[in-house]
Parts: sequence; structure tokens; C-alpha cells
Amino acid sequence: MQRKTFNRIIAAAALALGTAPFGAYAQAQTEISFFYPVAVGGPIAKFIDDFVTDFSKENPTIKVTPIYAGSYQDTIIKALTANKSGTPPVMSVLLSTDMFTLIDDDAIVPFDTFVKTADDKAWLGGFYKAFMQNSQTGGKTWGIPFQRSTIVQYYNKDLFKAAGLDPNKAPGTWAELADYAKKLTVKDASGKVTQYGVQIPSSGFPYWLFQALAIENDVVLANEAGNAVRFDDPKVIEALQYWMDLTKQGSHPAGIVEWGTTPKDFFEKKVAMMWTTTGNLTNVRANAKFDFGVAMLPANKRKGSPTGGGNFYIFKKSTPAQQDAAFKFVKWITQPERAARWSMETGYAAVSEAAYNTDTLRKYGRDFPPALVARDQLPFSMAEFSTHDNQRVTKALNDGLQAALTGTKTAAQAMQDAQKEADRLLRSYK
Amino acid sequence: MRNIDRTLPSASTAVQGWLLLLPAFVLLVAFTHYPAVATLVDSFFSTPKGARPSIWVGLENYDVMVHDPVFWKAATNNLWFALATIPCSIGIALAMALWVNERMTGRGFLRMAYFTPTVLPMIAVANIWLFFYTPGYGLLEQITGVLGFPTHNWLGNQHTALGAITLVAIWKESGFFMIFYLAALQSLNPSLREAAAIEGASRWYYFRRVLWPLLMPTTLFVMINAVINAVRMVDHVFVLTRGGPDNASTLLVYHLFQVGFSYWDTGYAAAITVVLLAILATTALFQFFILDRKVHYK
Repeated sequence: MQRKTFNRIIAAAALALGTAPFGAYAQAQTEISFFYPVAVGGPIAKFIDDFVTDFSKENPTIKVTPIYAGSYQDTIIKALTANKSGTPPVMSVLLSTDMFTLIDDDAIVPFDTFVKTADDKAWLGGFYKAFMQNSQTGGKTWGIPFQRSTIVQYYNKDLFKAAGLDPNKAPGTWAELADYAKKLTVKDASGKVTQYGVQIPSSGFPYWLFQALAIENDVVLANEAGNAVRFDDPKVIEALQYWMDLTKQGSHPAGIVEWGTTPKDFFEKKVAMMWTTTGNLTNVRANAKFDFGVAMLPANKRKGSPTGGGNFYIFKKSTPAQQDAAFKFVKWITQPERAARWSMETGYAAVSEAAYNTDTLRKYGRDFPPALVARDQLPFSMAEFSTHDNQRVTKALNDGLQAALTGTKTAAQAMQDAQKEADRLLRSYK
Repeated sequence: MRNIDRTLPSASTAVQGWLLLLPAFVLLVAFTHYPAVATLVDSFFSTPKGARPSIWVGLENYDVMVHDPVFWKAATNNLWFALATIPCSIGIALAMALWVNERMTGRGFLRMAYFTPTVLPMIAVANIWLFFYTPGYGLLEQITGVLGFPTHNWLGNQHTALGAITLVAIWKESGFFMIFYLAALQSLNPSLREAAAIEGASRWYYFRRVLWPLLMPTTLFVMINAVINAVRMVDHVFVLTRGGPDNASTLLVYHLFQVGFSYWDTGYAAAITVVLLAILATTALFQFFILDRKVHYK
């Protein structure tokens, strides 16, 4: 009796297992997994889930499974490891600078194959050029901008007034920045600095902030093919020297300035002006107990800032049906109205001009003008530094910058050493 | 017949023995021995890239390591890190244990306070210390400021970054080691102390001649852990300095992580892992077979 029951259960289980896949096929639902990182504050996971729910209501044949995968670094580790084992996510949001790494690993497919209709083409052409520079190489589009940012300067209007400066005018040139920074530096009776003029963070990824200085000095650090860099260009060395001179004149803290504590320094009035990502806007708005301003970065030979942040990528090792579904989702979520909502919720820059022209963002911009600074700066922005073997080449630049900023090397020496190392790393990609 | 049974275990007894060992054996092979051997094999192959499969390259990965200045910087840093954390954390742990072993009010609270750093996750600890070290208004700066010292950028200076991360490591693990010393102290026979007191031995003499030798087994155990931790503890580096400025605070495992998971150079990462394994195995063998002989067990 017992054995019979047991046999029946086994048979039923086998039947269930055997028919389960057919059941799924009967509905013809395409399942796509989607890795995403969280790099800014706020309930990002909830926003993503809301988007996915809305999408599946409109597209019942597609089932999107969003998977929170940690920081950007964690997400690419998980995605590439999964890719090596043969089952990558169908799509993922990863750093725009990971493009060359993903291409070299033969992990992703270009978006061009999916762009067929005139509507698709118009959509692809709608993104800001500054964001697309990091998403295209060799005439193909490998990534679609999603959570993108840029560097802006935040300044404390109260401290500007106290120093006798116009609180509605941020420094517009390098010379002005150095001059303002000097005026905004305050020392106590013993000669100890209690308030610095300006802070440009240099921990972790100094290359990104330095890139702003390089762009402003009208030099591009890497070529579009991502196989040559120009670290030892006199204009690059000059840009680094400018940064070091801010410290030398006493209005920028010595040594490495920590990225993570810089906003706190700003809130504590230890620094009057800081350079950081637009992604910090919501944070500053919530925590600054004083009147603050947001402005474009100052110009030297030209205005400018690098972009930053993440793109959508579609992985190669998935079925054509899944890739089509992923493309549909990417196109859906980057539509102006949704890009506007995403920008407001997170503080990221909206990825297309059409998004800034939506009523939602227009109204938000009227109520809170600093939100529009990123948009105004975008026409002057350039791609974030990215090459083949990106992390290593970037490390060579980071090490050089930190060596110069901590005073162990001169600007010229540091950049020449970084150039040598980068040339060695990139020789096999020429 | 009975005698034979006793001296020669039957085949079924042997099978039973092996079956009992099997679960642990499978786990050990799957998660310790196989990965170690696979790493050794991988270290002789190039890193596969996209369409290019990995090929036999012999000792090339080791050659790259010998010529990698960051590897040597990390190795030197790690040596200093170990030389500072091992004796300091053991010394502080012993001192704390001796203190909280005394009868006094608030002893439970003090023990808890000492043990707290161990319970906290390292990433959380590092985030707290990040603000301790902040130039200008961090806790450390507030103290040195009152004493009239100039401000100092502890993490952003090449000369102090390694010291700063070493201090966090000592702070983190002393409390953990204290627990072992405390347990050992509590298991000691109180009559030893009374006997020493009757003989007129000073407290220092009692510590040096009685306590310290009796604590040797604990010290050996703690030391093995401290050596392992000196190589293993890197979580705080990710938060505090990310190895910077200019590799001044890079440790071996942090470098290994970068090579493996930032650069995706798995062949070279395997070579570094093999060297790490060799170092750790050598120290462990030295501790087990040489030091162990000098330790007095009750």
C-alpha cells in the first residue's frame, strides 16, 4: 500500500516535471533577466520594480526579472562571471566605460541589429551626443544611456557673502576659481586653515575629476578607438599643475581628498566649493543647512566635464527572442516621459533633450533650477575616459595623479610614467 | 578466531570508516583541494579573452609578477601590516584580558565594550573610521586639535595611509583575541596564584614565570589566527583608501582582487594566489611543527 502511494507520487512528480516546460511554452512568454546596480541614495530598487510592473502590464508576453546586483563593480563581476559560465543576464546596466571590456570579452551585441523602423532610428538619434560618445565605437552602438551623470560645482552662498563675493555668480574660469578659492579660505589665529576654498576629490577614481580639468584645457585623454592615450601632452600636465597649484596656494586641502566625505565637508562648512557628481544633488538638497548654488564647471580654454554613469547592454549568449524583448524594454524605459520620471526620482541627468522638454521636468526645473545645470552643461560634455583594458589603464592614470597630488612626483614625471605604463598595456590593441 | 578479529579489521569495518569520512572528505576536496590544484594549473595558462582561448604559457604569469612593481609594493606593505598587527593585537588582547579578568564593578560592561569591534562587520567599521580620520573635524582631528597639533590628512598621505589602515585592523581583532585569553585565564587554577603570593613572587614574576607559559597554547592559537588575518583582512581597504594614494596602502589580497576582478587577468591572479598559498602554508607548517614543540601543554 505504502509502496503504491510512493510510486504514484513519483509518477505524478515526473509528469509534472516533464510537462512544466510545455506549460510555459504554451503561454509563449519570453523571460528576460536584468542586472542593475545601485550607485546613489534613495529607493532605487522600488523605482525599477515600478517600471518593470508597468512594462509587463503593457507587454504581457514578456516577463522581466530585475536582479539587484550591488555596486557597479559588483554588477560587472557578476555579469562577466555568469557570462563565462554560459548563462549571463539577457541585459544589464553597467558602467558606460565598461564598453571596451565587454566587447573584448565578446559578451555583448550591438544595438544596430535591432534598430529597424524609422521610429527606432529617431529614438536612437534622440540621446545627447555626450552620452552616446561612450556608447559607440567602430560605427556601432553598443550601449544605451540610462543612469548618466556629470560633474558640477556646488558652492555655499552664505560663505560667498561672508567673503564679499556675489552669491549668485560661481567662478566661470580657472583664474576666477583660484581667486575665489583664495578669498574663501579662512584661517584661525594660529594660522590653521578652518575653511578651504575648494575641494576636488581624488580618492578612488581621481581620473574622472581630473578629466574635467583636461577637457577644460582642451585636450582629450583617450582616442575614440580606445587604444591610445595622451597623458604626457603638455596641456594635460598643465591641467594637473593647476590642480596642484590650488593646494600650493593653500586654498585646497593637501594630499588625497576623500570622495565619500567631501559632501560632508561641504555640509560642515569646511569647504566653500566642491566638485562632485550631479547624482549628489538630492543629497545636498536634503542636508545643506544653508543656501547653496550649483553651477557648471569653470572654463580655461573651453567649458566642459566628462559624463559618467551606466548604460544598458544586451548580452550575446541569449536567444534572439530574448534579445528582441530586451531591446523593447530598453526602448520603452528610455522614452522621454519615463526618462524624466527616472531623472526626478534619482537625480541622474535625463538622457535626451525630449525628456527635458516634458512637462514633468519643465515644472521640476522651474521649482528647483539647480536640476537643470547638468542639462546646460551637456552640450560641452565629453565621454568619460575609457580604453581597452580599461581598469588597468585607468589605474595607471590614477596612480600617477595620486603620486603628483601627494607630492612624490612632479606633474610632468607622474604623467610621463602613466603614459609609459598605458602604452605598454595598450600595445596589443593597435 | 576472536584474536584475529581484534587485530585485523574486516573489510566491512574499513568501508564503514571510509563512509564515515566521506561527507567531510567530499566537502574538503570540492571546496579546498580541488580549487587549490586548479589554481596551480591555471597559473601556467594565459587568460582567455573573448575568442582567444587560454594557452599554456609556462612560467610567464610568474615572470609578470616578478616585474610588477605594484605586486612588490603590496608585498612590502603586507609585511609591515603583518609585523604591526600580529604583535600589537596579541599584546593588547592579553592586556585587556588580564584587566577584565580582575574582580571589579562594571566588568561585564567593559568586556562587552572590548568585544564590540569583533561583532561589527568590517565594512561598517571602516565607514566609521573613515569619519574618524576625516581631516579638519574627524574624531582624531578633534583630539589632536585640542592638543594644538596641526591638521593632518591621515588617509590621503603616502606616509600615514598604511599606518591608518593597520590601526583599524588592530582595533578590530584585539577584542576577538581577548576572548580566547580570557577563557584561558578563567580555566587556570587559582591555587597557583595563591602559592606564588605565599612565596612572595611579584606580580610581574608571577606573570612571566607562571601565567605566560601556561597561556602559551592560547598564544599559539591566537598567533596562527593573527597571521591568517594579516593576509586575509582587506575589507576596510576597499572603504578607506582603495589601496591609494599611489598604492601606498595596497595589500596582497587587495591587489589580487584587482587583478582578478577589475582587470579580469585570471591567469596572473592564479599565479598570485599560488604565491599567497605557498606563503601561508609555509608559516602554518612552521607554527605547527616548530613552535608547537616549544609550547607547554598541561
